[in-house]
Amino acid sequence: MSDRAVRTLFSGNREGIGYKIAFTVTFVVFTAAFVLPFLWLVMGAMKPAVELAQVPPTILPRTWHPGNYTEAWHLMDLGKYFLNTVVVVAGAWAVQLLVDVPAAYALSKLRPVLGNGVLALMLVTLMLPPSTLLVPMYLTITDLPVLGVNLVNNPAAIWLPAAANAFNIYLLKRFFDQIPTELLDAARMDGAGAVTVLWRVVLPMARPILAVVSILSVVAAWKDFIWPLLVFSDPALQTLSVALQRFAPDTPINLLLAGLVLAALPMIAVFLAFQRHILAGLTAGSVKG
Amino acid sequence: MSSSTLLRPAGAPAPDATRRPGRAPGRLRRRIVENLTAYGFLCAALLCFALFSWYPIVRGVLLAFQQVNFITDPVWVGWDNFELLFADPLFWDAWRNTLLFTGLALVFGFFVPFLIAVLLNELRHAKGYFRLVVYLPVMLPPVVAALLWKWFYDPGPGLFNSLLRAVGIDGPHWLDDSSTSLLSLVLVATWSNLGSATLIYLAALQTIPGELYEAAELDGANVVQRMRHVTIPQTRFVLLVLLLLQVVATMQIFTEPYIMTGGGPDDSTVTVLLLLYRYAFVYNDFGTASALSTLLLLVLSVFSFAYLRVTRKAEA
Repeated sequence: MSDRAVRTLFSGNREGIGYKIAFTVTFVVFTAAFVLPFLWLVMGAMKPAVELAQVPPTILPRTWHPGNYTEAWHLMDLGKYFLNTVVVVAGAWAVQLLVDVPAAYALSKLRPVLGNGVLALMLVTLMLPPSTLLVPMYLTITDLPVLGVNLVNNPAAIWLPAAANAFNIYLLKRFFDQIPTELLDAARMDGAGAVTVLWRVVLPMARPILAVVSILSVVAAWKDFIWPLLVFSDPALQTLSVALQRFAPDTPINLLLAGLVLAALPMIAVFLAFQRHILAGLTAGSVKG
Repeated sequence: MSSSTLLRPAGAPAPDATRRPGRAPGRLRRRIVENLTAYGFLCAALLCFALFSWYPIVRGVLLAFQQVNFITDPVWVGWDNFELLFADPLFWDAWRNTLLFTGLALVFGFFVPFLIAVLLNELRHAKGYFRLVVYLPVMLPPVVAALLWKWFYDPGPGLFNSLLRAVGIDGPHWLDDSSTSLLSLVLVATWSNLGSATLIYLAALQTIPGELYEAAELDGANVVQRMRHVTIPQTRFVLLVLLLLQVVATMQIFTEPYIMTGGGPDDSTVTVLLLLYRYAFVYNDFGTASALSTLLLLVLSVFSFAYLRVTRKAEA
């Protein structure tokens, strides 16, 4: 799409000096606003604590201390919190797919009695701001109705509510709706049951939407803060985000910065690897068509 | 059984109107089996929604009129929780701060991304780079962004005041000054989130047919007129949707004040959600906390319903 010149707001050519100035200014401002903070962080994490307290600050570290990263890792025991986070995130992802994919398939293709009512009840929850449910949700996980189980300090307290995600179901159902019913009926005539049809016919075709839902759920679970903060009162079980804010007040600033870099890296890596899917999910979600 | 009955979607009327009545029980049984299968696929989701969405919604409203202490059964207290809230001066501060935050966040977070998107749509080089970097902060966990900016805001060796000092300006005290603390939080939240709005606007701008601009130009419309009569009308739906979504999102601000200021200085950054957190998880007064979240829910549902109406209309 780059070469074909689509007419936009400004009609001037893209060769002139005006365009070059505008481009350069934008480039510099963007780099300063969105890249420099990251560089400043990565370099700050390699300065000694004394140097970080200096006014004015040094631009490049006078003495490079890449060892700050390993020191931060050991001091804050980040390995443990990484593992906790991975367990929380992987579980949330798996439970969301296991619960939401069959549900969306049933609503799209099996179309049971009251199916549309169920879908409407699910979609209504999208209209409710999640934070207004914090208190009743918290009371619910401290004493699960019927079962009477207390899920505080249990990762299931994050996994199970994550599955009650109407947006996933909406995205999946909308994709399944486009799969021709004849295809599924043909498979059924060959004697395949509903599970086999889902596994053998629907899922292989649904890879793109499964990728979008997966990435959305992993990123959301990794970024989440308030719910894990409430769920894990036991410090040893906390996720990286919760642990970092707990350590922040009494950790040397250079080691804290190193910890921030380490906590951000997985998400940056996910973004660089799946940029296309993430941006596709972004526009699929907010604006249709 | 003929193949035509198999191909017919469940629930559709039988094409064979003269079928023998003797086949009805088999048909009924098949419908029952189909429905049971469907609900088998649905049951896990129904359970999750019931436990963690539908039930808490109802319970939250009921809790607003109860006193809970975990030892005895909840007691109905009528409007007591609300009266307690209204008597708390912090309640009014929290709403004032939250509304101010939302207003400021709209000034930056609503107009700036649109202008950035318009600008990016004009550029013909390094498009991938711009799109990549504007979205980078969105990927940062909010805790990381908040702690990072807290360091930037440090009035001494912090990045911002060091830069200002380099050009001879004595920078403000950012988070430590009650007149700039809320604005400081708005700046972090805007920096972290404007990437998604920008890319959504950009996608919308790219769907505007070039002929519209061409025609407007032939009619002698200048840049401002083309913006008013082509760009904005063509993206009005997206603009409205994101405006509503942003109001709902920014009114739930919690992580930044919780980590960066704890509500201070002088309660200048106590937001509704921070107050709710204090009532519930510091004072263990879940009834009053629920009264507050019910009020927040009522306020936000106005925007939610507006959102629903806008999107419904666009679909029809």
